[in-house]
Amino acid sequence: MELLSGGEALIRALQDEGVEYIFGYPGGAALHIYDAIFQQQAVEHVLVRHEQAATHMADAYARVTGKPGVALVTSGPGATNAVTGLATAFMDSIPMVVISGQVQSDLIGTDSFQETDMVGISRPVVKHSFMVKSAEEMAEVVKKAFYIASSGRPGPVVIDVPKDTTDPSYRVPYAFPESVSLRSYNPATRGHPRQIRKAVDLLLAAKRPIIYSGGGVIQGNASEPLIALAKRLKLPVTNTLMGLGAYPSTDSQFLGMLGMHGSYPANMAMHHSDLIFAVGARFDDRVTNDPSKFCPDAKVIHIDVDPASISKIIPAEVPIVGPALPVLTELLATLEDRLKEAPELVDEAARSAWWSQIEGWRSHSDFDHDQRHRNEAEGIIKPQTVVQALYRATGGDAYITSDVGQHQMFAAQYYRFDAPRRWVNSGGLGTMGYGLPAAMGVKLAFPDAVVACVTGEGSIQMNIQELSTCRQYGLPVKIINLNNQALGMVRQWQDMQYAGRHSGSVYQDSLPDFVALAESYGHVGMRVTDPAKLDEAMAEVFSPGLKDRLVFLDVAVDQNEHVYPMWVRGGALRDMMLSKTERS
Amino acid sequence: MRRIISVLLENEAGALSRVVGLFAQRNYNIESLTVAPTEDATLSRLTLTTLGDDKKIEQITKQLNKLIEVVKVVDLTEGEHVERELMLVKLRAVGAQRAEIKRTADIFRGQIVDATESAYTVQLVGVSSKLDAFLRAVGELSILEVVRSGVSGLARGEKVVSV
Ligand SMILES: Cc1ncc(C[n+]2csc(CCOP(=O)(O)OP(=O)(O)O)c2C)c(N)n1
Ligand SMILES: [Mg+2]
Repeated sequence: MELLSGGEALIRALQDEGVEYIFGYPGGAALHIYDAIFQQQAVEHVLVRHEQAATHMADAYARVTGKPGVALVTSGPGATNAVTGLATAFMDSIPMVVISGQVQSDLIGTDSFQETDMVGISRPVVKHSFMVKSAEEMAEVVKKAFYIASSGRPGPVVIDVPKDTTDPSYRVPYAFPESVSLRSYNPATRGHPRQIRKAVDLLLAAKRPIIYSGGGVIQGNASEPLIALAKRLKLPVTNTLMGLGAYPSTDSQFLGMLGMHGSYPANMAMHHSDLIFAVGARFDDRVTNDPSKFCPDAKVIHIDVDPASISKIIPAEVPIVGPALPVLTELLATLEDRLKEAPELVDEAARSAWWSQIEGWRSHSDFDHDQRHRNEAEGIIKPQTVVQALYRATGGDAYITSDVGQHQMFAAQYYRFDAPRRWVNSGGLGTMGYGLPAAMGVKLAFPDAVVACVTGEGSIQMNIQELSTCRQYGLPVKIINLNNQALGMVRQWQDMQYAGRHSGSVYQDSLPDFVALAESYGHVGMRVTDPAKLDEAMAEVFSPGLKDRLVFLDVAVDQNEHVYPMWVRGGALRDMMLSKTERS
Repeated sequence: MRRIISVLLENEAGALSRVVGLFAQRNYNIESLTVAPTEDATLSRLTLTTLGDDKKIEQITKQLNKLIEVVKVVDLTEGEHVERELMLVKLRAVGAQRAEIKRTADIFRGQIVDATESAYTVQLVGVSSKLDAFLRAVGELSILEVVRSGVSGLARGEKVVSV
């Protein structure tokens, strides 16, 4: 058997896992590992400028490929810088493996230089973590980490690696385990057939059913059966922020996103439904508003791979524990069997009554975004129209990453995602600074794809240093900066709840010249302020001539714009503000 | 409602901290906690008592089950069970108090396991409410120190919690 040092074994195990990229940043405790990276070609290391960015790149790589992303950081400050990225991945159930260097074993616990209890500090935001005890167990730990990260409800896993376990002078026989089994970890692989039959019965009996689907459908690669189910029973569909793209947004049965900034028809249809078919969604508080007022007439079918998500917030009549793909596939088959025997079970009359009610909400006169946000008249660019222009310029076919704030909601509302894994954003943690590194991770995963980051001048500055990484690795992502010269979402809340006292949400003329900034990193910077020039500028960003360049488009947008609909705090889903003055 | 939850846990470094951390992180309450290796050296048995309604307890058991190192979780209070707690109490014992404490200990089937001229240490085993009752009976004034093991329990009958 081949003899490898622990550091070499670690990297070899990553190769054996099929890892393409390690996003990382070196330091003392990780140097043996870095030396092992240097001496091979199979895994490429991407040197970031801040460890947080490494974790977001790994996370976004995972979101679009479905394969765990890998980040490598050193001990102490390297490890703590990775915590935000771990929490981001954890909240959105993203498979990721973060390898952290650790001080040598005999120094652990002595407050030695750059020592941090990484296993302890990351514990609440990881699916699991390992501290490597010896070079001998390196390959096995890696195998387990990847298995845990990517199976069941996915999540980030930390491997903390004391420096002595990677010592180049100590070599051990290397063998990559063929399989892994953990007696205490056996995630469900299919749903219970009896529960699936019950779900079919409820679906057939419902008069006003609706599909509410989330990130679990995307993670679980279950778009196809979801669409088939919706089509078969003519069900209206709403997606969560995390679930956008699981059902084609341009399809007539799609009602838009639901929740705090959800569309009027989606929130109204949810509220008035008599059956919620929830799949891969977790009734997050940004979806339910006040749970006691949530969808008063609805029974709930809840499909989730994580039993703890079911009946956590809203009790489910029919809980089904299992991954979305096998459950939906089996459910479809069961449904077909029932309909073969008794096609009359589909209540066409009820369904068409339900749809005409929904069409009523759709045509609600107060709710016409496109109309309301015409900007030309006012001579100032409305942020919503920037996303619409982006959609047109990319033919709806780009990967869109986002940061956190108003721009994120506008991106979610106005870019129409027709395929899963195209919309990449930090939904659960709401991490400003996610967007740019995420775009970079996507671009590395799919070099030929068009990748745009919709950001704000606040968020982009949280990881702006990665423009340098983009330069080093030639990552021509497009940055669309909705520059409202304010922490817009904070400002909006202050307008709505604090009588317009903008405490800590404005910068007082301290913003950089983003065009010059982009140029100083060797990229292309552009700025647009005139609504009439918006489409032209957007077309240039995506023009063939700039295909291989990172373009930073700084767009001056209306600072006073708010995101609507916005629900009324403590209300039901139907309680929304539709503009600064209109209430649902 | 008070519940006794029994957990089989991989006997590994850090496993206990995940359980305790989970309770802190999710704002669940821990009344008592005991943990020790079992007859199988690779496993620890942890018993904890907590308070919560059915919904809360369901979440607690589900979240515990999600921890990778947790092998099995059982809510003992769902069925017939035996529960015991051990207590050692050091009491001031001078003059007439000595006989009184001895008598009280006898009533509660306690044993005096250490004695000096001015103090007794009484050992008591039983359900937690019995230990509470003993403490009330001897009165605050004579209590010098109390240490309790926390609750341990097993299901009644043939039922076992095993891998
Ligand atoms: C790291 C982090 N800090 C603070 C917040 C709270 N927060 C949410 S949105 C927002 C403002 C974002 O400003 P900007 O990126 O300019 O976006 P805008 O809302 O103006 O479109 C803030 C501060 C957050 N989500 N993340
Ligand atoms: Mg802003």
